[in-house]
Amino acid sequence: MGTHPSIEEIEKEIVDEFSLFDAWDEKYEYIIDLGKKLPPLEEEFRKEENKVKGCQSTVWLVADYRDGKVFYKAESDAVIVKGLISMLIRVLSGQSPDDIVNTRLDFIRDIGMMTHLAQTRSNGLLSMVKQMKNYALAYKIKNAG
Amino acid sequence: MTTVSAAIKNSFDVQEVRRQFPVLQREVKGYPLVYLDNAATAQKPKAVIDALTDYYSGYNANIHRGIHTLAEEATAAFEATRDTLVQYINAPSREEVVFTRGTTEGINLVAQTWGRKNIGEGDEIIISSLEHHSNIVPWHMLCKEKGAVLKVIPIDSEGRLLIDEFERLLSKRTKLVSISHASNALGVINPVKKIITLAHAAGAVVMVDGAQSSVHLDIDVQDLDCDFFAFSAHKLYGPTGIGVLYGRRSLLEDMPPYQGGGEMIREVCFQTFSYNDLPYKFEAGTPNIADAIAFKAALDFTTQLGKDKIRQHENDLLAYATERLEQVQGLKILGRVEEKVSLVSFVIDKIHPQDLGILLDNRGIAVRTGHHCAQPLMNCFGVPGTTRASFAAYNTREEIDALMKGLERAVKILS
Repeated sequence: MGTHPSIEEIEKEIVDEFSLFDAWDEKYEYIIDLGKKLPPLEEEFRKEENKVKGCQSTVWLVADYRDGKVFYKAESDAVIVKGLISMLIRVLSGQSPDDIVNTRLDFIRDIGMMTHLAQTRSNGLLSMVKQMKNYALAYKIKNAG
Repeated sequence: MTTVSAAIKNSFDVQEVRRQFPVLQREVKGYPLVYLDNAATAQKPKAVIDALTDYYSGYNANIHRGIHTLAEEATAAFEATRDTLVQYINAPSREEVVFTRGTTEGINLVAQTWGRKNIGEGDEIIISSLEHHSNIVPWHMLCKEKGAVLKVIPIDSEGRLLIDEFERLLSKRTKLVSISHASNALGVINPVKKIITLAHAAGAVVMVDGAQSSVHLDIDVQDLDCDFFAFSAHKLYGPTGIGVLYGRRSLLEDMPPYQGGGEMIREVCFQTFSYNDLPYKFEAGTPNIADAIAFKAALDFTTQLGKDKIRQHENDLLAYATERLEQVQGLKILGRVEEKVSLVSFVIDKIHPQDLGILLDNRGIAVRTGHHCAQPLMNCFGVPGTTRASFAAYNTREEIDALMKGLERAVKILS
């Protein structure tokens, strides 16, 4: 595994990347680009039980637990949400259940994307963050047991 | 003739209209606000905002029972709105005009009072494929409670109701037809007058959801001959939280009250109580006085501006937007019919409406994206949602140009 950077370290990287952008347009173009580059989720995972439903867009999320770390794969039908997913995976995938459960994901606020978490009816992102933490919590409990 | 129509056209000064709406002066994300989400809620003219502050700063009081000057002033202003509404919808009397929180409450009131009294097991209620959730769910709930059957008028590929199919759905068991006057998701104006005639011939009562029509069309409940008509103030340049239910007197009189409390009673003792007269029987508790009073300012605003002139202006915007949108490659307008209220709903190949909405917002352009609380309709078209631009008296062709520019840019980034 080597030394995987911590959640805080990756968050800082992302915040630094976004500090290069002046306009909203640029931020979103970057996020859309990330969204387009997110590898598609294999068909077998795109099923009802993996759906995190939002009001406007849908997210599919799967998690895997290996060597004490949680790994995520996800996709959405909306590309901006996909871009945000891509960042969440970059930050959280490969981290320990404890760290995932405890993080506040401040980078979302710091890059000015809080609105996507606040609009609970508009997309599945908030539900997705909760679901990512739920998976981590489940692995944590399973470990303890 | 030309000079007359030119004069009418000239007398509608959109810039003058815009000056009456304070919010239109603001910027969003560094761009001038282009507000094209009017079918969700319209912006408020200064007259409406002033009416609210005048009430709270000048004569705030509880209405109907107070003996003091403030209570008299507030009561007079509150009831003046009812009188204005009587004219606005040509109701036969003020007793048939009930204040509600909005269209949704009006429909629920009918479902929970008239419906619970008159709908029984095996009875049928007919709605259409075009309905907003607020004209579906109250009937779902009623049917579930009573063991009644909900039937749905199908539509063609453009969103027109299939009237032949409707005639086939009508039966001796049909007790109620509840139909939108205009579709919030597509803008299609439904032939409600014809529907009402057919439904009445079959012995059914008809409720009209006027949420989208009341601001654009001339409403005459006597000419329509509908039994119930519900709409909200906030789509009509008025405040949120206030609306109207018109009901035919004979039906309203026969209906039990909706909620119990003050105002709706005549006499109360611990053994029994008697109801107040119409319309107060349905207005339990202290009403939304301030918003009801300000609602009059909104009605006066549209009447003074002239609904026919507003309509002409909005239809011009609709035609222009439709023409421009049709030129966008991969864009499909849903609901391409002759008779529409001023909104246009569309989908673009391989582009999610939510992405489009976010990018347009970055340019200060407010549109509505999603299923428009009409999921069954979206399923009919096989789309998760659409993007909807809806126009009001204060919108301009320049704003549609801004929409088009924003759209072209968004498509380029997203493709």
